[in-house]
Amino acid sequence: MPWTKILAENNKLIDTDIDGDKKAGREITYREALLEAQDQLLANDSKVFVYGEGVDDAGSIFGSTKGLHEKYGIKRVFDTPLSESALTGVAVGAALAGMRPILVHMRMDFLLLTLDQIINHAAIWHYSFSGQIKVPVIIRCIVGRGWGSGPQHSQSLEALLYHVPGLRVYMPATPYDAKGLMMEAVKDGHPTIFIEHRWLYDKKGQVPEAPYSVEKGKGRVVVEGSDVTIVATSLMVHESATAVKKLAEEGIKAELIDLRTIKPLDEDIILKSVAKTGKLVVTDYGWHTGGVASSISCMVSEKGFSSLRKPVKRVTCPDIPTPTAHNLEAAYYPSADDVANAVRELCS
Amino acid sequence: MLTKENKLNMFSTAYRIRRLEEKICEVYGKQEIKTPVHLYIGEEAIATGVSQNLVKEDLIFSTHRSHGHYLAKGGNLKNMVAEFYGKENGCAGGKGGSMHLIDVEAGIPGSTAIVGGGIPIATGAALALQLKGTDKVAVAYFGDGAADEGVLQESMNFAGLKNLPIIFVCENNFYATNSFQMKRHADDNIYKRGECYKVPGELVDGNDVEAVYHTAKKAIERARRGEGPSLIEAKTYRWKGHVGPDEDTNLGHRTNEELEGWKQRCPIKLYREKLFKEGVLDEGSYQNLKREIDNEVEEAFEFAYKSNDVPMENMYKHLF
Repeated sequence: MPWTKILAENNKLIDTDIDGDKKAGREITYREALLEAQDQLLANDSKVFVYGEGVDDAGSIFGSTKGLHEKYGIKRVFDTPLSESALTGVAVGAALAGMRPILVHMRMDFLLLTLDQIINHAAIWHYSFSGQIKVPVIIRCIVGRGWGSGPQHSQSLEALLYHVPGLRVYMPATPYDAKGLMMEAVKDGHPTIFIEHRWLYDKKGQVPEAPYSVEKGKGRVVVEGSDVTIVATSLMVHESATAVKKLAEEGIKAELIDLRTIKPLDEDIILKSVAKTGKLVVTDYGWHTGGVASSISCMVSEKGFSSLRKPVKRVTCPDIPTPTAHNLEAAYYPSADDVANAVRELCS
Repeated sequence: MLTKENKLNMFSTAYRIRRLEEKICEVYGKQEIKTPVHLYIGEEAIATGVSQNLVKEDLIFSTHRSHGHYLAKGGNLKNMVAEFYGKENGCAGGKGGSMHLIDVEAGIPGSTAIVGGGIPIATGAALALQLKGTDKVAVAYFGDGAADEGVLQESMNFAGLKNLPIIFVCENNFYATNSFQMKRHADDNIYKRGECYKVPGELVDGNDVEAVYHTAKKAIERARRGEGPSLIEAKTYRWKGHVGPDEDTNLGHRTNEELEGWKQRCPIKLYREKLFKEGVLDEGSYQNLKREIDNEVEEAFEFAYKSNDVPMENMYKHLF
């Protein structure tokens, strides 16, 4: 659809060159990395199956499931009715019966129809039954943005899920992590919300061809610095990388951390960095109140207060539903400039 | 054809459930069982008749009113009672309680207390059984309250679409907590609601053990042959209130007369009379069977009572 095309074009506006932490000698896109991960999982484990609205159509989830139904058959890669709630329960039940389902939602907003199965069921099962059974479910969902996506096709709802014990929440920012964390989620075997950002799909990066996994709960220092710490997730890692470049030109050495997974959260990498810099900017695409940035800010106040030389700054979306009009939408999202400005305030 | 052994097995199952529930009522006032109990008294014929057709590898998914389903499928009685008492060797290690029973070995991967929550989960288990190429089936137990939930429609459509080996078993006891069925349903037709999804339905007397057995047999054999899902509506009645050991006719939503009428159709009494008439049971064998099961239940309560409390360190175990 033209909508998709234009989003893809917008993506070129993001000017960053950050990459995964391995030199693989091969560059592929985030989309291709996701596809390759699922392809290899399907090939290597007969328990894996992939399903969701549109996985086998021409768009094939923005290309991330392209051709899988032809390769592995429609019993293992299939389109579904628009029954998000039941289909999430289906994932839980299939997992309890020994399978490794990967359920895909084209938009994260649709996840709201499924929270009973995610929070009341998938998340509690392992603990409430004293570890006798696991729920190896992966739920992929894509955060949209732009071209008037509006209030129901662009929400970044990671904070809702971050709050819940019994879930994993992964937010890969690079092709390397997109593949490695998908592999990790299946290996790990616990319910995982796998949050992708639509604007990352054309992002290229180094990705080894052989299967590998990225350890959960381990963030990554993308850029080392000594003046201020910037903690980011997903697309904001790229916005922040742009900010870091600009700041470097001004003589400010910012350290950029990509959390990769927010649940589990790598507290150590944050605290260690803040111990060095004494200043912290946390940025995510959630809303300002009660978000991941808020929680990290609180964690640093509790565990790293003595390191802080300035109050923590949050760079997030404002507390309003996503507006649709182009000018409002452009102003709504936090940008590289917003991150840079927050840093400048702390360093002035 | 049901053998004498099958019939005695079903009678024992139904009676064991009844005795368990009665024992809970006897001791509940001591407030040592600190978990809400949703009792199955009056509904025993359903789980009994369905489970007689199941094997260990078939999977059942149950609700907040799960005691009967669990026992009939072969769930461990001692660990179940220990779970009521919140003990370490409870079937869920004391972290679940009466509404969250599990016995993985017996094909009970866990019950859920969210109304309708187990229906899509059972559907997913049926998908897994199909993908694995087995002839095993999944059973989703739910009440007339869950028939109100959209997820039942979604699940039946998906099961029909994929021809899944699942049996949707609705235990219609007419009340969702205190709300009467016909205050909630535009028509009295739960068993017909799968028709448009290729899920054939059948209505059965949920107080008649053998009627349930035969209806379930047809549905389960159909599923095993790969011919797809079925829906069974079993009309029955719970003698106790929605939760707890009391009869709640004082609350105004149902009358004593209604309750007494259903007690006359007690599923255990009806089956006992039938088996006496057929010569499968006589007074002597009936008393022996009763004594044996009464003892089994007593032993389970003693086992639970003597079991250790959940160690405090288990609070932070089983996290990930």
